[in-house]
Amino acid sequence: MNFSEVFKLSSLLCKFSPDGKYLASCVQYRLVVRDANTLQVVQLYTCLDQIQHIEWSADSLFILCALYKRGLVQVWSLEQPEWHCKIDEGSAGLVASCWSPDGRHILNTTEFHLRITVWSLCTKSVSYIKYPKACQQGELAKAAQKFLKSLAFTRDGRYLALAERRDCRDYVSIFVCSDWQLLRHFDTDTQDLAGIEWAPNGCVLAAWDSCLEYKVLLYSLDGRLLSTYCAYEWSLGIKSVAWSPSSQFLAVGSYDGKVRVLNHVTWKMITEFGHPATINNPKIVVYKEAEKSPPLGLGHLAFLPPRAVAGPLSSPESKYEIAEVPVSLQTLKPAADRANPRIGVGALAFSPDNYFLATRNGDFQVLSLCWHLSGDSLALLGKDHFCLCFLETEEGVGTASGQRGDHT
Amino acid sequence: MGDWMTVTDSGLSSENKNISQYTSETKMSPSSLYSQQVLCSSIPLSKNVHSFFSAFCTEENIEQSIAYLDQELTTFGFPSLYEESKGKETKRELNIVAVLNCMNELLVLQRKNLLAQENVETQNLKLGSDMDHLQNCYAKLKEQLENSRREMIGLQERDRQLQCKNRNLHQLLKNEKDEVQKLQNIIASRATQYNHDMKRKEREYNKLKERLHQLVMNKKDKKIAMEVLNYVGRADGKRGSWRTGKTEARNEDEMYKILLNDYEYRQKQILMENAELKKVLQQMKKEMISLLSPQKQKPRERADDSTGTVISDVEEDAGELSRESMWDLSCETVREQLTNSIRKQWRILKSHVEKLDNQVSKVHLEGFSDEDMISRQDHEQETEKLELEIQHCKEMIKTQQQLLQQLATACDDDTTSLLRDCYLLEEKERLKEEWSLFKEQKKNFEKERRSFTEAAIRLGLERKAFEEERASWLKQQFLNMTTFDHQNSENVKLFSAFSGSSDRDNPTAHSRPRQKKPHSVSDGSPVCTSKLARSLPASPSTSDFCQTRSCVSEHSGSVSALNVTPEESRPSQAGRECADQKWSVASRPGSQEGCRSGCSLTYTNSHVEKDDLP
Repeated sequence: MNFSEVFKLSSLLCKFSPDGKYLASCVQYRLVVRDANTLQVVQLYTCLDQIQHIEWSADSLFILCALYKRGLVQVWSLEQPEWHCKIDEGSAGLVASCWSPDGRHILNTTEFHLRITVWSLCTKSVSYIKYPKACQQGELAKAAQKFLKSLAFTRDGRYLALAERRDCRDYVSIFVCSDWQLLRHFDTDTQDLAGIEWAPNGCVLAAWDSCLEYKVLLYSLDGRLLSTYCAYEWSLGIKSVAWSPSSQFLAVGSYDGKVRVLNHVTWKMITEFGHPATINNPKIVVYKEAEKSPPLGLGHLAFLPPRAVAGPLSSPESKYEIAEVPVSLQTLKPAADRANPRIGVGALAFSPDNYFLATRNGDFQVLSLCWHLSGDSLALLGKDHFCLCFLETEEGVGTASGQRGDHT
Repeated sequence: MGDWMTVTDSGLSSENKNISQYTSETKMSPSSLYSQQVLCSSIPLSKNVHSFFSAFCTEENIEQSIAYLDQELTTFGFPSLYEESKGKETKRELNIVAVLNCMNELLVLQRKNLLAQENVETQNLKLGSDMDHLQNCYAKLKEQLENSRREMIGLQERDRQLQCKNRNLHQLLKNEKDEVQKLQNIIASRATQYNHDMKRKEREYNKLKERLHQLVMNKKDKKIAMEVLNYVGRADGKRGSWRTGKTEARNEDEMYKILLNDYEYRQKQILMENAELKKVLQQMKKEMISLLSPQKQKPRERADDSTGTVISDVEEDAGELSRESMWDLSCETVREQLTNSIRKQWRILKSHVEKLDNQVSKVHLEGFSDEDMISRQDHEQETEKLELEIQHCKEMIKTQQQLLQQLATACDDDTTSLLRDCYLLEEKERLKEEWSLFKEQKKNFEKERRSFTEAAIRLGLERKAFEEERASWLKQQFLNMTTFDHQNSENVKLFSAFSGSSDRDNPTAHSRPRQKKPHSVSDGSPVCTSKLARSLPASPSTSDFCQTRSCVSEHSGSVSALNVTPEESRPSQAGRECADQKWSVASRPGSQEGCRSGCSLTYTNSHVEKDDLP
C-alpha cells in the first residue's frame, strides 16, 4: 500500500467531490482544492474565519464552507473562481449547514435549532422551517463532523423529511425539494424522536425513538403508518439503524448488543444477530492478527456473520492467521453508569450488493466502516489503524491486511 | 403318688374308666381312688362316693386295708397305726389312739389343704384376671403404637411436602429478587439518561436565556442577509415556477405516482417469484410422480392402492395442467389443488422411502443381496477401495508438499548447482529455439531459392522470347528507319529500354521478394531476439534482388520489354507503386555499375528501406 505525502488539515475537514475528480481540504481558514489523481492544488480559496464544515454540492460544482462561530456560510464555485457567495445568518447564529440535493439551495440551521432557513442560490429567496428537532448525532459521524439526523433527503433528491417537535409532541414534515412545498405533516407516536432515514427507494421512511424506548416506526411516503416494531421494553433501546441498498432490509442495532433485521414485506424481524463473547460455531472463520514482536494484544477479525474489530497493533509486521474455534474475544466492560454508555451495536454498514452486513458492537475502537462499491472489500478505520478486508464472495473467505496508518 | 390331675366333674360319671386311664400304677387301683377322693373333697359326698368308699374296705380285707393304710401313713410320716409290737411273730394290734390321732391329723391336713387350695384358686383367678387385663392393655398399647407410627409417617410426609414448597418459594423469591435487581438497573440507567438529557436541556436553556439577554441588550442588530455575485442557474436549467394550487396538486400526483410505481414494481417481483415457485413445485411434483411410478411396478411392492393413487394423480395432474395453462392466475382453487397434490405426492414418497428403509434394514439382518440394492459387501468393498485411494492421494500430496518445501528452503551447494544448471538450461533452451528458427528459415530459403530458380528459368525463357521479339522489332525499325544513326538509336533505345526494363525489372524483383517477404517475416516474427533474425527477412529478397540483378546484368545487352512479366507476376500489389519508385530510385545508380557493388548498395538500401516498409 502506498501513501502520499502528508498534507495539512484542520478539524478533519477533507472531502472528495461526488464525481471523484477533486479533493477539498481545509487548513484553518483556507480551502484547498486538489486534483484527485495528481494531488496538485487546483484552487485555493480564503474564507473570513476558521472553517468548521465543508460540503460539496451534488453536482460537484460548488463547495460550501460553514463558519459556525461567525454565523457565516461562504460558497465557492469550481468553474468560476471569482464567483463568491456569502450568507450571513446574523444574530440567529448557525449550528449546521447543508446542501439540498439539487445543489442550488443551502439549508442552515440556526442556533438553538430555532429554525431552518432555506437559501436559494438561483432566486436569492429565503424560506423558513420552524421548530426543527435537534436530534442526536450519529455514532459513525463522531470522528467526522456532526450532522443533523433530523433532516433526511431521499436518494433521488425529490423529498425532504424533517423531524419537528411542537408542544411536546413529535412531528414529521415532508417537503418537495423542487419548490419547498409542504407535502405532508403528521405526528409520530414516539416519546422523543431520535432520528429519521429514508429507504433507498424513497418510498418508506424509518423513524426511531430515543434510547429510552425501543421503537421503530415505518411510514410510507404519503404519511401513512405502515408498521411499528418493538423488540423489548424498558432496557435501553436502539443505537443505530441502517437500510440495505435494495430497501429490502432494515437493520436495527440496539444497546443489548444485537442486530435485528426486518424485511420489507411484513416489517417483522426475520433474523437476529448476536455478538457473543465466545465464538463456538465451527462455520465461522476467525482471523487473528498474529504479531512477530512480543504480543501486546491480539486483534481478532471474524466473518460469517461478519463483525468488524480492529485490535491494537504495535509493529508494522503482522499477518493474519485463522484461529481455532472456539475463540473468545477480548472485551472491555465499559462503565454502565454513564449516560449513552459505550455498549451495544453502534455502527452498521450493508455491503452495496446486499450480501453482507458489517456491525460493530461494544467498545471496539472502530470509528468507521466503509464498503467498496463492488461489495467485496471493507475498510475499517480505527484511531491508530487502518484495515482493509477483502472478501472472496464465492467462498465467503476473507483475507485481511492490516496497515499502520499515520495520525492526522 | 398318683397324678394330682384336675379331674372335671364330668369325669365323675365315668370315673372308673378315667381312673383306669389316669392311673400310673395299675397295681394300686385303690390309690387312684384315694387321690380322686382327695381332689373331690369339696364335693359333698354323694351316694356314689359312699359306694365308692365302701369299695376300698370291705369285711373281707380289713387286715389288708389296715396294713395298707399303715404303710401309707408311715410313708407320709405319721406314726404307725399298730401298737408297738413286742415280738415279730405276734399280730399287731390296732392302736386306736394312733388311728384317731392320724385321723385328726389328716383332717387338719385336709383343712389346710383345702384352705391352700382355695388360696391357690383365688390366686389363680386373680392371676387370670390380671393376665386378661394385661393382654387387653397390651393390645391397646399395640394399637396405639400402630396409630402413632402411622401418624408419624403422615407427619413426615407433610414435612417433606412443606420443605418442597419452601424450596420452591425460595427459588421464586430468588427469581423475583433478580428481576427486581434487573429492573433497578434499568431504572438506574434510564435515570442517568434522563439526568443527562435534563442537564443538556438545562444547559441549552441557559444558553438561550443568555442569548436572549444579549439580544435584548444589544442595540445594533446584525443584518441577516445573503450576498451573491450573480445568480446561479438552476441545476436542471429550467426556470423556477410560481407556487400555486396547481403545483400543490402536481406534487401530490407525483408523490402518488412514485408510490404506485414502487408498489407495482414490488408486485411484479412477487408475481415473478410466485410463478417461479409454482413452476418449481410443478416440476417437483412431476419428478416425484416419475420417481414413484416405475418403482411401484416392481413385484416386490405390496401397496397396490398406492399405484392406484399414482395413476389417478397423473390423470389429475394432466387435467390440472391443462387447466393451469389456461389460467395463469393465482386462483384460490388452483393454488389449493397444487399444494394438495404436492402434499399427497410427498406423503407417498415418504412412505415409499420408509418402506425402502425397512427393507434395507431387513436385508441387513438377512444378509442376502437384492438386485437393486447394493449388497453390504459390495458397498464395503467400494468404501475400502475409496479409502485406499484417498490414502494414496494423501500420501502423494504429502510427498509433493515435502518436495515443495525442500525447494523453498534455503539453498546449499546442491541447490546452487541445481540453479546453475537451471541457468544453463535457459541458455540451452534459447539455443534450441534459435536452432529451430534457423532450420525453419533454412527451409524457407530453400523453398524460395527453388522458386526463384524456377522464376529465373522462366525469366530466361521469357527473355529469350522477348529478345526475339525485340530483335524482330528492331529489324523492322531498322528496316523502317533509314535516316537515323544505328548506334545512337540502339543506344538510346537500349538506355530507355534498359531503364525501362530496369524499371520493370524492379516491380517483378520487388513483387517477388515482396510476396516472399510476408512468409519470411512471419516466420521470423515469433522469436526475434537476435539481430540475425531481423536481418534474415531482408536477405532472401536481397539475394533475390542480387540474382535478378545478375540476370539483368547478364541480359544488359539485350533490350527486352518486359511486357510479359507483369502478367506472370503473382497478384501484384498495386498500392506499392510509390514504394516501387523508391526502389527504382535506389536501384538506378546501381544499374549501370557492376552487379556486386550494386547488390551491396541495394542491400544496404534495402536494409534501410526494409525498416521503413510496413
